[in-house]
Amino acid sequence: MIKIEAIIRPERINMVTSALEEAGCGGFHYQNVTGQGQQRGVEVFTGRGGRLATRATVSKTLLVTVVPDEMKETVIEAIIDAARGPDGGQIGDGKIIVSPVSDVVRVRTGERGEAAL
Amino acid sequence: MDSGDTAWMLTASALVLLMTPGLAFFYGGLVRVKNVISTIMYSFIAMAVVSVVWVLWGYSLAFGEGTDFIGDFSLAGLSGIDINDIYPGTGIPTLLFVIFQMMFAIITPALITGAFVERFKFTTYIVFVAIWVSIVYAPIAHWVWGGGWLGNVGDGALDFAGGTVVHINAGLAAVAAALLVGKRRDPGVEPHNVPYVVLGAALLWFGWFGFNAGSGLAADGLDINAFLVTNTAAAAAALTWGLLSQIQTGRMGAVGVASGAVAGLVAITPASGYVGVMGALAIGFGAGALCYVAVWLRSRTSLDDALEVFAVHGVGGIWGAIATGIFAAAAIGGTAGAIEGNGGQVLTQLVAVLATGAYSFVVTVVILKVLDIVPGLGIRVSENDEAQGLDLSAHGERAFVRDGAD
Repeated sequence: MIKIEAIIRPERINMVTSALEEAGCGGFHYQNVTGQGQQRGVEVFTGRGGRLATRATVSKTLLVTVVPDEMKETVIEAIIDAARGPDGGQIGDGKIIVSPVSDVVRVRTGERGEAAL
Repeated sequence: MDSGDTAWMLTASALVLLMTPGLAFFYGGLVRVKNVISTIMYSFIAMAVVSVVWVLWGYSLAFGEGTDFIGDFSLAGLSGIDINDIYPGTGIPTLLFVIFQMMFAIITPALITGAFVERFKFTTYIVFVAIWVSIVYAPIAHWVWGGGWLGNVGDGALDFAGGTVVHINAGLAAVAAALLVGKRRDPGVEPHNVPYVVLGAALLWFGWFGFNAGSGLAADGLDINAFLVTNTAAAAAALTWGLLSQIQTGRMGAVGVASGAVAGLVAITPASGYVGVMGALAIGFGAGALCYVAVWLRSRTSLDDALEVFAVHGVGGIWGAIATGIFAAAAIGGTAGAIEGNGGQVLTQLVAVLATGAYSFVVTVVILKVLDIVPGLGIRVSENDEAQGLDLSAHGERAFVRDGAD
């Protein structure tokens, strides 16, 4: 089993979750995060509205899902397609991080391994 | 007793009180979330401290007969004031005058707090408010409204609702406080809650109708004019700030437009019983422009007046006081300004501006320096407390608790 962590644009979260469901993903969770990469940040008014300042960090959404090894490429493809905007790939679309998972447990039944996904 | 006057003045007093929690939210939205409770508390606690000080000795020091400089203790505890006494020259009870004036005394120290948010020690602040109201606010109120010396300069300095007593006073005290408390170690960039700022500004605009249109102490044409010019100046200043922002940056932020409105309200405060709508438009336009520039200029200095108290209340108040001398129309308030040939009034206004500003600055510095060395007090929190945020360190509270487990 592998854990897939996808840092994506917040406004794409609904497209990505729909795509994950269609791909047969059993479940996922997500949270708001703040981070910095190649994007140049945002320009905001500072203080009492007299000046602009640039904030290098931007808001993203971190989505996490654990899937069986065989589903790895399908899920990655689904996420990438949905996480890119209508204009195709742009700086700031995000990153996907894949890592091995040593065990998963279903709380209700105590099942372990792929049966718990 | 005139029941129409009295009914309005009761309402106006309540409106002015509402401005203090309005200010709490205006300031609160501008700071980082870890300091929002602290910022709100500076305003809220002023309601408590000043209300008590006022009835014990504050009113007496401001409006007791005393000397040209300060009142006396003859009215301490409001003794000798019968509940049916009428305030001379008005149709309202004396106690109602006491109440109305108290609301001004409450908000003035609260205004100063914008300069030192996120780092001023709360317990020391409570002591500061009690002392400051007694030896800075009360004397200046006495000079302008309590029969003191500024009423005898030239034809009398014109200050209908407190441009000097409240705004210039608070603005210069803010500079003193910002200088003495020092810069924040890690200032935030954005306001944590822009809707709070706008909500606060709306409550201030609403309450200002009581502030200005109550200062004639009657429900009559003069106060109605004050209401109208107050709204007009706020609107003109908000639009001016928005326009300047649009030109300079291509956008206008809500905080900027709200600050513009407040700047206009500040500037019209001394003028509201003396100018008409055309004067109000000019005053609002001037306030929006001057305060916008003042904010920009302050950012180029090393003074960490965190919430621009001087740029808005100080500069706005100074412009308003001088503009009163320019645009005063004899038909409205009985005194002519420069546009009606009485250029001398501008000089009288300048005397009031300089005297108020200088006195406020100097005495505030003295008070803070003393408080800083009293054992157990001190004006700035520790480095750790400042980093953790004053909400937790000073008040033991978190503003928004969102663990799933609550």
